[in-house]
Amino acid sequence: MRKEIRIAGFGGQGVVLAGYILGKAFAVYEGLEAVMTQSYGPEARGGSSSSNVVVSDEPIDYPFVLEPDVLVLLSQEAYTRFRPTAKPDALVIIEEDLVHPWPEDRPLRIPATRLAEELGRRIVANMVVLGFLTAVSGLVKRESVEKAIETTLAPRLVPLNLKAFATGYEYAGTLTAVSPSAGFLKR
Amino acid sequence: MKGRGVLTGVHFMHGDHACAEGAIAAGCRFFAGYPITPSTEIAERIAQRFPEVGGVFIQMEDEIASIVAVIGASAAGVRAMTATSGPGFSLMMESVGLAVMMEIPCVIVDVQRGSPSTGLPTLPGQGDVMQARWGSHGDYEIAAYAPWSPQEMFDLTILAFNVADRFRIPVMVMADEVVGHMVERVVIPPEDQIPRWERKRPRYPAGNGFKPFLVEDEDLVPPIVHAGEGYRVHFTGLTHDERGYPDMSAEAHHRLVTRLVEKVRRNASQMIRYDTYALDDAKIAVISYGCTARSARRAVADARRMGIPAGLLRLISLWPFPVDVVRELARQVDVFIVAEMNLGQMICEVERHVCQPVKGVFHAGGAMIPPDPILQAIREVAFHGTRVGGGKASAG
Repeated sequence: MRKEIRIAGFGGQGVVLAGYILGKAFAVYEGLEAVMTQSYGPEARGGSSSSNVVVSDEPIDYPFVLEPDVLVLLSQEAYTRFRPTAKPDALVIIEEDLVHPWPEDRPLRIPATRLAEELGRRIVANMVVLGFLTAVSGLVKRESVEKAIETTLAPRLVPLNLKAFATGYEYAGTLTAVSPSAGFLKR
Repeated sequence: MKGRGVLTGVHFMHGDHACAEGAIAAGCRFFAGYPITPSTEIAERIAQRFPEVGGVFIQMEDEIASIVAVIGASAAGVRAMTATSGPGFSLMMESVGLAVMMEIPCVIVDVQRGSPSTGLPTLPGQGDVMQARWGSHGDYEIAAYAPWSPQEMFDLTILAFNVADRFRIPVMVMADEVVGHMVERVVIPPEDQIPRWERKRPRYPAGNGFKPFLVEDEDLVPPIVHAGEGYRVHFTGLTHDERGYPDMSAEAHHRLVTRLVEKVRRNASQMIRYDTYALDDAKIAVISYGCTARSARRAVADARRMGIPAGLLRLISLWPFPVDVVRELARQVDVFIVAEMNLGQMICEVERHVCQPVKGVFHAGGAMIPPDPILQAIREVAFHGTRVGGGKASAG
C-alpha cells in the first residue's frame, strides 16, 4: 500500500504545514511509514508551494511523489501544473473559489478560504482543507490528524485550528454525493 | 533547562533538524557556522535550541572562521560542530588538516548539493565524498558517515561526535539535500540510552616533563588535555614532537604522520558501519549510500521479485571504507554495481578492491536517482552476463 498525496497552492496558504500535519498523523499516530517533502519558489508569499506526502505500510524507499493518488489544489497555477500528474482514478480536491477546473474535469470542491473567513481567520483554510481531505479520502483517522494538530501548533492556536479542521470534515458530509473525480483526463 | 537536551519521543522531523537534535543529544554545546542552503536549517535549529541547554552559537563571518572557531572550542573541552554545504566545505578544507595535525576532535556536517562551485544550491548531490577523504593537503585519515534518513541524521551525528572524541579526529557527516530536507519519523531514545564515548584524559599531573602528545596505548591515541586545565600545552599545525614543540626533521615528520594515519587504520573496525539487504545469496552486489541507497534498495527488491539474485551493501561509513566487507563480498558475487549521485567517486574505491567488473549508475546531481536506472543496470548484468565495462557507464 503506497499512497502519494500532493497539496499545492501558493506560499502563505499553509500547504507545507498541512502536509506536515498529515504526514505526522500517519507516521506518529497511525504507525505507518510516511515521508514529507516540499518544494517552493523563492518568494516568501505568493510563489508556488507544494507539499508531498508518501504513506505506506512498509519502509518507503523513493520518497518523492510521482503520480498522486490524492491531489489537493489551492491555486489556478497549481491546478494547471499538477492536475495532469494525478493517477487516472485519483481523488482531486480544489479550492472552488480560487480554481476554475477544465470543463471535462469533475474534482471535489470546497470553498475552504470562505469557510475559514467565516471562522474569523482565513489563515486556517489549510486546516479546513485537511479536514475535508480526511473525511473524503478515508486514508487517515480523524483523531490521528487532530492529535497531530494538537502536538504541532502552539497551544493558543490549537482551538481555532481544530475548529477549522472540524468545519472541513463536516463540510464533506453536506455534499450530496461524494464521488471521487473520474480518471478521464488523458495524460 | 535540564531535560531539554534530549527530546525523547517519537517525532515527525526534518532531516536537518534531526541532525541538530543529534548534536544536542550528543552534548554538543558549541556551534560556529555560516548559513548555506541546504544546511541552514541545522544552524537555525541549533540557534533556537542552544539557549535552552546553555550552548554557544556563533554565526561567523565565513566558513574558514567557522571551522577554526570549532577547533578552538573543542580544544577547550567542548563538543563542537559546524554545518555547511559544498562551497563552505571547500573553504574549511585547510583547517580539516589543522584539526588532524593537532588531533582536535570536531564534527563537520556537509549537506551536499549539486556542485562544483555554486552549482545547484537547493538541489541534491553526492559529489563531495572524495573531498571528505582527500580535500585537505597531505596524508591523513578521517571518518565520514552518509545518512540515508532523518533518523540517521540523528544517529550518525551522535556517532560522529563519539568517533571524533574517542580517536581525536575530525569526523564528517556527509548528508545530501534529499535527506536533509526530508521529513520522516525520528525516534529519540531516553537520555541514558544515548551512546557516549569519552575523550581519553591525561594520566599525569601538570608540571615539568608532561608530554601532551605522548602515546602509550596500542590505539595510538594520546590523551587530550584541554586549554585552561593548568597544563602547558602547545598546539601547532607544524610537525611536532611528543611535547607538542615543532620538530623540523624528516624522522619526526614520518613518525607523526604515520601515527596519525595508522591511528585511524588500526581502529577502523570501531568506526566502520554498513548495512545489507538481500545480500546473503546474491550474485549481483549493488553498493550505494545516502539517499541513493533508498532507490537502490527498491531496485534490489524489484529485481528479487523478478528472480534476479541481487543484493545491497549500503555504506554508512564512507570513510573508513569497509575494505574487508567488500573483499569478502568479492568471493561471492559475479559483478558489482555502484550507484551514486556523482560521475563516479566511491566506485574507484570498489574497483581497487575487487577483480570483478564494476558497473556504475551515475548522475551529476540535481535530482535523486530513481530506482529505475539502478534496476535497469541490474537487469543488464543479469541478462547479458557480467561482461560489462568497468565503471564506464554513462550518466542517466
